[in-house]
Amino acid sequence: MQLTGAQALVRSLEQQGVEVVFGLPGGAILPAYDPLISSSLRHILVRHEQGAGHAAEGYAWATGRPGVCMATSGPGATNLVTALADAYMDSVPMVAITGQVGTSLIGTDAFQEADITGITLPVTKHNELVTRADRIPAAVAEAFHVATTGRPGPVLVDLPKDVLQSPMSWTGWPPRLELPGYAPAAEPDPDRIREAAVMLREARRPVLYVGGGVIKAGAHAELARVAELAQAPVTTTLMARGAFPDSHPLALGMPGMHGCYAAVAALQEADLLVALGARFDDRVTGRLADFAPRARVIHADIDPAEIGKNRAPDIAIVGDVRAALAGMAAALAELAAADGMDAPDVPGVPDAQPRTADWLATVADWRQRFPLRYAQAPDGPLKPQYVVERLSALTGGEAVIVAGVGQHQMHAAQHYTFTRPRTWINSGGAGTMGFAVPAAMGAQVGRPGELVVAIDGDGCFQMTAQELATCAIEKIPVKVLIFNNGFLGMVRQWQELFYEERYSEVELGTAIPDYVRLAEAYGCAGLRCDRAADVDAVLEKALSASDVPTVVDFRVHDREGVFPMVPAGRPNDEIVLGPEFTAEEQLAASRREMRVREGAAR
Amino acid sequence: MTTHTLSVLVENKPGVLAHVAGLFSRRAFNISSLAVGPTKDESVSRMTIVVDGASTPVEQVARQLEKLVRVLKVVELHEGSAVERELALIKVRAEPDRRAQLLEIAAVFRANVVDMAPGTVVLEATGSPSKLDALLSMLDHYGTLELVRTGLVAISRGAATITGPAAAPAAPAGSAELSGPAVPAVPAALAG
Repeated sequence: MQLTGAQALVRSLEQQGVEVVFGLPGGAILPAYDPLISSSLRHILVRHEQGAGHAAEGYAWATGRPGVCMATSGPGATNLVTALADAYMDSVPMVAITGQVGTSLIGTDAFQEADITGITLPVTKHNELVTRADRIPAAVAEAFHVATTGRPGPVLVDLPKDVLQSPMSWTGWPPRLELPGYAPAAEPDPDRIREAAVMLREARRPVLYVGGGVIKAGAHAELARVAELAQAPVTTTLMARGAFPDSHPLALGMPGMHGCYAAVAALQEADLLVALGARFDDRVTGRLADFAPRARVIHADIDPAEIGKNRAPDIAIVGDVRAALAGMAAALAELAAADGMDAPDVPGVPDAQPRTADWLATVADWRQRFPLRYAQAPDGPLKPQYVVERLSALTGGEAVIVAGVGQHQMHAAQHYTFTRPRTWINSGGAGTMGFAVPAAMGAQVGRPGELVVAIDGDGCFQMTAQELATCAIEKIPVKVLIFNNGFLGMVRQWQELFYEERYSEVELGTAIPDYVRLAEAYGCAGLRCDRAADVDAVLEKALSASDVPTVVDFRVHDREGVFPMVPAGRPNDEIVLGPEFTAEEQLAASRREMRVREGAAR
Repeated sequence: MTTHTLSVLVENKPGVLAHVAGLFSRRAFNISSLAVGPTKDESVSRMTIVVDGASTPVEQVARQLEKLVRVLKVVELHEGSAVERELALIKVRAEPDRRAQLLEIAAVFRANVVDMAPGTVVLEATGSPSKLDALLSMLDHYGTLELVRTGLVAISRGAATITGPAAAPAAPAGSAELSGPAVPAVPAALAG
């Protein structure tokens, strides 16, 4: 069958099972937009290409399916770069389609020409400039294959205008993939898995250090089983919030720079870390040399390059973390049965006397004495943590939460009680301000019946707020809660702590723009709340079903910081609990007393 | 300086060199040299990359290279079990009265004269990087005007190849290379 390159592109996307494309047309990509008119693909016209990129990411985070965005050449394509870099850092499966100037013009500094494959080379898992229309189906199929297999990531396909316009012969789907050098995932080695299970069973102070890979692998059920069989506490990183229910007795919360004390301390005191789809990021480890100094390490990851990159493991399991966890659970159950003292057939029922009993008592003690703490006075300034806690309570921890980057992101990650995977979406590795509104839009498109709530800062919000227009017109009913403190709050906090309160260029002001009127101008509902007493009522109003997007301007306290905090580059042992704790409490936390039952060895 | 030699098979497609070079730059890996050329299979190119091992764990470099979609295979070649060669073209000042001495040095290093002009000669020398370094330090005395080196290329000794295990029974350990320029006249220390 004879098609144009553009028709082949659209047909390939349809065949690939794509349901939605976020994009914005322009000169070079014009040919691709014509066959879209008669296609089953839903195209969502964004207001800025960066919005298309983050929307594709949000869609992928929320659904596990690859997000797709499309832009024209030159500035259209470069506007996708931030989203691609973000997706690369957070291993988000995503395919970007860009127009390019005609092949005869490439290299001539033609109008709207940019070397987008060159520009995105370090921030994509793979990219390709397609030079023949016949190659389009295979290029598209390969892009989706590479984006979604192994460690997921963004792939960019660059299509010159004449390639889109020229005829090609469609020879059916699927095309043959030509990826001789691409071997995404090995089966995890059963011997290593068994060794890991033995090591985990023998450990007295184990911690399961869970990263985003567990969510991507759909391994949350296997994780819960391993945690329960081993009676090992679980910490979920910023990328993994929701992989393990926060309400579970073995849940420690988030580790790292703004992690819960119990999680940070447990990692420091552990005799065994089981790192699962996690990469020993600096925000988790603090100063690497001082991280978990007494722990042996089991590292399971699908990316062999992560093994030993930052911390040399004692046992490395390369491959799908779900298979690894399933294997570990089976081996643990077997070992327990051989031991005859456990009850492996009853998941969730702890051992009568688990080997980790002292350890669990210790971390429970830490959790109880050094919780996340803030003070909401009834008539005092509104605290962002309070808003998150009320949101968590009113939604039962079931909403899909999307955050930008900064204090509001940390407060959301800390204080929302996550109950299931793929309900927490944020920009982790890249720290992209402006992520929340477009990512929430993409998440809502991917999960139309569900409550999608963006928690955003006033600084972040203003970077991509234009997508509210897209949401209103396309009837994408996201709820956007702006934590408006009138500052670039996280930067302000660092200036307060590390630059002697010399505040430089961080004050935005709370009143301009008027977020309520801005929301209304975009065709959204706008609400405002500045008192704790009103939070529940405003949230209930905002969260009520409606096909109109809603924006709430929460006027939160501008002095509130994010705590606990490990100063950047410092050892995790130097964790600061924050102003809500007394000097005695901080001292006790620093000494980190271990509770040991009488007569029991540590 | 400790170095590691990586042999890398890549798809012969546009942009592959940029992908590999870009990886080194992005990950802050230090390269001492990089040489690229075709292989018997025209769809495959072979790169020989020498990595500064002090600043960069070679395992990490290899794993990251393997992740590139267009990279087919990465193998580390070890000095003892591989033949390593580099070619240099050296333009040296050669006033008539010193030419004879120069040619004597060239002969010791088994370097060929590939161009001669009044006042200069161009030498072509092949060998291990340390042999070329030794030659260059000898030539410094005469005045090296210009220098170009190819960067190291390397191949494993014995029957094993980069694409598979030994096609024939492995040669006895310590088997000498059977062809090539390194024969006695060169002092052992200078030989490849």
